[in-house]
Amino acid sequence: MTHHPLKAIVAVKRVIDYNVKVRVKADRSDVDLSNTKMSMNPFCEIAVEEAVRLKEAGLVGEIVVVSIGPKSCQEQIRSALALGADRGLQVECDTPVSPLDVAKILQKIQQEENADIFLLGKQSIDADNNQTGQMLAALLDCPQATCASRVHIEHNKAIVTREVDGGLLTVEMSLPAVITTDLRLNEPRFAALPKIMQAKRKPLAVKTLADLAIELTTDIELISVDSPTQRQAGVILSSVDELMSTLRNDPNVQMPKHDKEA
Amino acid sequence: MKTLIIAEHNHHALKADTLVTLGAAQQLGQPIDVFIAGHDMAQLSQDTATIAGIDRVLSWDHEALAMPFSEILAPVIANLRSQYSHILLASSSFGKDLAPRIAALCGVNAVSDVIDIISANQYKRPIYAGNAIATVQNNAACQVVTIRTSAFSAPSHETAASPAHIQALSIELPDTSVRFVEQTLSESSRPELNSAEIIVSGGRAVGSDANFSLIYDLADKLGAAVGASRAAVDAGYIANDLQVGQTGKVVAPSLYIAIGISGAIQHLAGMKDSKVIVAINNDPEAPIFSVADYGLVADLFETLPAMTARL
Repeated sequence: MTHHPLKAIVAVKRVIDYNVKVRVKADRSDVDLSNTKMSMNPFCEIAVEEAVRLKEAGLVGEIVVVSIGPKSCQEQIRSALALGADRGLQVECDTPVSPLDVAKILQKIQQEENADIFLLGKQSIDADNNQTGQMLAALLDCPQATCASRVHIEHNKAIVTREVDGGLLTVEMSLPAVITTDLRLNEPRFAALPKIMQAKRKPLAVKTLADLAIELTTDIELISVDSPTQRQAGVILSSVDELMSTLRNDPNVQMPKHDKEA
Repeated sequence: MKTLIIAEHNHHALKADTLVTLGAAQQLGQPIDVFIAGHDMAQLSQDTATIAGIDRVLSWDHEALAMPFSEILAPVIANLRSQYSHILLASSSFGKDLAPRIAALCGVNAVSDVIDIISANQYKRPIYAGNAIATVQNNAACQVVTIRTSAFSAPSHETAASPAHIQALSIELPDTSVRFVEQTLSESSRPELNSAEIIVSGGRAVGSDANFSLIYDLADKLGAAVGASRAAVDAGYIANDLQVGQTGKVVAPSLYIAIGISGAIQHLAGMKDSKVIVAINNDPEAPIFSVADYGLVADLFETLPAMTARL
């Protein structure tokens, strides 16, 4: 039995840079992203890297990178192209999209692309939903492997090790399948300058929500955004003895019964 | 309307996360059904039925459910949606995997990681790694919600006056190509991170997996769970499922002892709701001290054995 080279779709999200501290707007309507450094969501970078490694291993023939957002998200598509993706698709949208919106858009794209593997970050570091991959798999009625720390493809099957509570769980599934990436799957590379230049010539198509006949969901409304309660710094103690006696006398702490001083 | 809780268990007992989810569900003030899927769990269903506050236990027993994959559970649970205004799951790796799949089949978004139930359709949830708290309103007819268990408590263990009705579900198994290959569970006699009263956590400064024995020694004297920062996990000192932080476990014990952890914002997001925080670090400028109730600027290799010896 011969296998056609697999096609992978990687979805990437433009988010506030990992190292930037967010500020909540004074009117509590949202966080303030004006003049903020934006980057590719770190989990999406891991997804791009994994797709590129599968291509380098000869398992994937083509990588299509998709991002949904205003024109500025083409920056993140170009980054993925510089890392080794083959072509890009921007779905133009100026308002925030929900996880179900993204899943529906990717489902529509799949009708044309017929990809074998979807690689997505397990969550974005802005909304922190951890929903999109699972929703896409539901809509495509295909298997899902979330929080992947190892991906192995053979004979049109994916064997994926997932990070779960208590340890690791390895599953096997037929393709097409949706895989979401966890931190320890790989360490993304940096794009070399010549590749960044080459990426400018790679194809990047633009579609609108109307092209895809998508209407955005409205079920979840953002009412307000607040800063979390800040903890106050406490006291610096001078010795282990002082620490232990302080803990024994703190009414919020239950030291164990076999405690020598009890 | 009613609330449906999707239970998580080890085939013998419900997980602590599910009991906490029951505690959260009670805030909605409406009848609660519990859905349990698994194999050979007649006893578990009966035990669940005796927990106070449960109206019905929906028990789906099938040999294929020894490993309950989301691909199998989601369509079955989504088919129950007309009976429920709320479907609640713990925000565990099981719940995070399953809830969005159910929600998508119901045609709705889920609300992830809820830390406060304000009303039947308003919730608070952390965004941006806990650096902002969003209040959201869910207008869906059937709301799928995951509960961050560190923010709620289990109901006090009461036995129901009369056990809840157990309804055995007989459902055709949905088709899936997912197959179990292997599971490696970290064996430990220590308490689980999610439910421990005390956690001793080590960071990169611990230096090696061998040195982590100092952390284990102290934890065992305290009856504590062991955690770690992402840096310690990435360095290979300790298993990944013990990582505390925004991308690992979010915990809120009564006492959290951070040892050799500088306190990156992603780590703080995973432990800053602990009642009492102790930080031990040789760098007085470490950000962990800004959230610690008690700090000790000291060498961990001297401090840890000294603490253990005093217990």
